[in-house]
Amino acid sequence: MSVTAFLTDSTLCIGCKACEVACKEWNQLPSDGFDWKGFSYDNTGQLGHSTWRHVKFVEGGVIPGQGGNSPENFSWGFSSDVCKHCENAGCLEACPTGAIVRTEFGGVYIQPDVCNGCAYCVVTCPFGVVERNRADGRAFKCTFCYDRQKEGLQPACATACPTESIKFGEIGELRQSANQRLAKLQDDGFTDVHLYDPQESSVGGIHAFFIVRGDPKTYNLPPQPEVPTTYLRKGWISAGIAAGLMLAGTLFAFGKGSLR
Amino acid sequence: MLRIESKQIESKQTESGQKVTAGASGQTGYYGMPVLKRPQWTVEVPLYFFVGGLSGAASLIAAVGRMSSADAQLIRHARWMAAIGGIISPALLIADLGVPSRFLNMLHVFKIQSPMSVGSWTLVAFSNSAAATAVLGEFEKRRPNSAVSVLTDASQIVSALTGLVLSTYTGVLIGATAIPARNEHVSTLPIHFAAALETAMGASIELKSSPGTKALRSSVSGWAMRAAGLLSGPLPLALRLLSLRKSNTRERGLRRAAAISSVAGSLLTRWAWVHAGKVSADDNSVPLRLRSSIE
Repeated sequence: MSVTAFLTDSTLCIGCKACEVACKEWNQLPSDGFDWKGFSYDNTGQLGHSTWRHVKFVEGGVIPGQGGNSPENFSWGFSSDVCKHCENAGCLEACPTGAIVRTEFGGVYIQPDVCNGCAYCVVTCPFGVVERNRADGRAFKCTFCYDRQKEGLQPACATACPTESIKFGEIGELRQSANQRLAKLQDDGFTDVHLYDPQESSVGGIHAFFIVRGDPKTYNLPPQPEVPTTYLRKGWISAGIAAGLMLAGTLFAFGKGSLR
Repeated sequence: MLRIESKQIESKQTESGQKVTAGASGQTGYYGMPVLKRPQWTVEVPLYFFVGGLSGAASLIAAVGRMSSADAQLIRHARWMAAIGGIISPALLIADLGVPSRFLNMLHVFKIQSPMSVGSWTLVAFSNSAAATAVLGEFEKRRPNSAVSVLTDASQIVSALTGLVLSTYTGVLIGATAIPARNEHVSTLPIHFAAALETAMGASIELKSSPGTKALRSSVSGWAMRAAGLLSGPLPLALRLLSLRKSNTRERGLRRAAAISSVAGSLLTRWAWVHAGKVSADDNSVPLRLRSSIE
């Protein structure tokens, strides 16, 4: 049983949304409704309780050498977003019921029969992935196709991807091939490629890394994601001071009273 | 000739009310879409912060009152306030849950790293001990200095200690999250929540200029925060000072007004923090470290 990961290579993505569809099909996710976002070809907008894969569409204007060979064509950047399955997962740490667990494949999984809908994971995810389904009450996100992985299958999105933009495999091997791919792209003249894998942050690495061209911020990938447990120490010290002040204030009030 | 078009950055709103900008770049992020999710707590939660905090403080007052042999009626009132608050609080929390019957799932595990878990266990211990204290206190009146007294005092101590945690942990709960407006203030939030100091804290927020603070000063939450500061500090102080100068008949009314003002102020404070979280989550500039966040 190996620890697995996704490598989403946006230089290979053609924006077909097969991953979104395969994910919805396999996981029987409800429709997102017809909400026109009004930008580019992306009407999904963001990940949510019913969207576990989301293809981002970046229209870059006419940039020579990008997106087709004719100068009239727009340049396109596509990247399929997914739950990052953090090494130090904010949602997992914050979950008070123990519903959110780490699977034997290294993924972060919400057990739907244990989740009680407190929604604390929603505000503790530094990537804004987890969302509560208001109709159902519980929180949902990508399961890393835990059910498929248990049967030795690849996640639905990786299986459906026609260009192998979504790769799935053992995490160490995948990181290695990500770096090889990065070097190859740079050799080929794509000097603006980046590997998004924030191992230096308090999140401590992710199980879904991305190769993108240009600044990863373009795809709303935060440069320094923090797991909110890093704020606990400061918070509890402050709570201790607050409790001390309350106690002192009350003692003072009654102390004055008994002297009277 | 090849021409690189630079698109004008305009803002517009989608049907679901999110602000999007015309471009996706390292300067604007992905069409201005939020990186974080909005907090999905309903109005029950700030109301619970208020009721829970109030009953925790009431239990503390009862305990210290008992220690310093204060007026028996005051102790009795404080105990019942704590007990009733200890019943309303879990009711509010359960009402907010998606699956109310699964509240008990919170009690399957204890996780020290989850303020929500610490809070749930604290609330259970507080509600039970506060109710026990109030009920035992009634029996004790009939049989002073008996075994009942010992039991009353024991449960009083438990409820006062858990009450202290209950009044302050909610600041950690909302502070230790991914929302910038909250985590940037995590070291003052619990103090802000612990009554009394609200005005001073409100003023320090006005002076601080970290990126996430924008949400606290802008629009509705900003005005709520300022109004809350006024209601919980200067206004009651002015009313109390006035009550010293007026005749005895007006004194009581002014003191009551001062008390109501403080209570309204601390309720409004909690609501404002929850609302500011929603505004802050929508703003992608802080998590993406965009230049507009430094303004």
